[in-house]
Amino acid sequence: MKKGWKELPIGTQIIKPGSSEDFKTGDWRIEKPIIDFDKCIHCLICWIYCPDSSIYVNDNKVTGINYDFCKGCAICAEECPKDAITMQSEVESE
Amino acid sequence: MEKMIVAKTGNEAMAEAMRQINPDVVAAYPITPATEVVQIFSSFVADGRVDTEFVPAESEHSALSACVGAAAAGGRVMTSTASQGLALMHEVLFIAAGLRLPIVICEVNRSLSGPINIHCDHSDTMASRDSGWIQIYSEDSQEAYDNTIQAMKIAEKVFLPAIVSVDAFIISHSMERLEILPDEEVQAFIGEHRKPYDLLDVDNPITLGGLDLQDYFFEHKRQEIEAMKEAKAAVIEVGKEFGEKFGTSYGFFEEYRMEDADLAIIALGSTAGTTKVVVNALREKGMKVGLFKIRVFRPLASEEIKKSLEHMKAIAILDRADGMSSFGGPVFHEIRSCLYESEKRPIVTNYIYGLGGRDIFPEEIESVYKDLEKVAEKGEVKNLINYLGVRE
Repeated sequence: MKKGWKELPIGTQIIKPGSSEDFKTGDWRIEKPIIDFDKCIHCLICWIYCPDSSIYVNDNKVTGINYDFCKGCAICAEECPKDAITMQSEVESE
Repeated sequence: MEKMIVAKTGNEAMAEAMRQINPDVVAAYPITPATEVVQIFSSFVADGRVDTEFVPAESEHSALSACVGAAAAGGRVMTSTASQGLALMHEVLFIAAGLRLPIVICEVNRSLSGPINIHCDHSDTMASRDSGWIQIYSEDSQEAYDNTIQAMKIAEKVFLPAIVSVDAFIISHSMERLEILPDEEVQAFIGEHRKPYDLLDVDNPITLGGLDLQDYFFEHKRQEIEAMKEAKAAVIEVGKEFGEKFGTSYGFFEEYRMEDADLAIIALGSTAGTTKVVVNALREKGMKVGLFKIRVFRPLASEEIKKSLEHMKAIAILDRADGMSSFGGPVFHEIRSCLYESEKRPIVTNYIYGLGGRDIFPEEIESVYKDLEKVAEKGEVKNLINYLGVRE
């Protein structure tokens, strides 16, 4: 249950540091990027370009996408030199 | 307690109050359209008579933005401006109120352009009336001084910013007798600085001014509305305490010879003084007339206004600004709306006057009372909205 006006701190203060992590912005997305790991060469270009830091990398390897924050801008799909990333409609993927 | 009696202009009176409040920060754009309030204050800074950090900004927008930053950081903050200056602050007025920062502006009521004009009317503060700032209008220099001191305390009680205004030139540049309180009495009266939060408290970090969308904006505005309701009690409490300590009590309004009056004029600012002279003269002739001077326009004391005025036969509201709606001025709209709640619902007419510093004379105010007399006799209004002192 979200807080009512009587319970919120006054003056629009946000009193919890790092609370933006709780604000999932991935639901803005209408298309989601899907990585084909058979084609991926782990060049990390998608990781460099992603404006929302939503490409998971572990030990210099791409491991997946953080869909909580990925907004579906498709820059990764556009920049991928191996066409390993495709965009899929959120409606169809449901 | 020894009060000092001096001769000072309205500008000097407000600058003197600022000196005694001794704010942590004053950020201002101290040239036209502002009057010399901040210029005078800057000499106090230069002479080391205050501890204030003085920030001359490149515009009023920047000046009030700096005030917002300083107040958010936990400082006691004041500034001063007039007309276009307040208009240029307009965007930041809402931010200061939304962030609940108790900043005080010493404002001089000057017309908004165009045409270009620097003389008195209330178009500047009336255009800001919905910004979330407490608004206190002053009849003379003494009230400007007293109101400035009280505004600081009221603002810090409810965490809303406040504007104290005086009429340009008529009061701001005219010298009057002024009673000044001892510095230490002013300090004791306003008390320790109260702040809504502290942006510089590194152990309890906060974010301010974050994006506040559909989910929370309304709740924050609802809090602000509640603070304005609370400001009503604060105005009365502080006005009463001021009276107990220094001899003159203040409330939302001043009722001058209203006890047995049938006909009333409502005015703000210096015109109230002129109206008192007319009331006295007409009382000599046996007319039951009175003046209802509005001191605090924000918060609007709707219930109190209704109770004080509902038994009148006829009321004329003098507006020194027009709403440009083709239906009169802002004071007319709001006071008339307060009276709609009354079953008695007296006749209320509107007189727009004094735009751009056009003088208003006792004869004109007398003519308004004469109009009211006729209206009350016949029980009907010929002209609801009137323009007083304009050449046809």
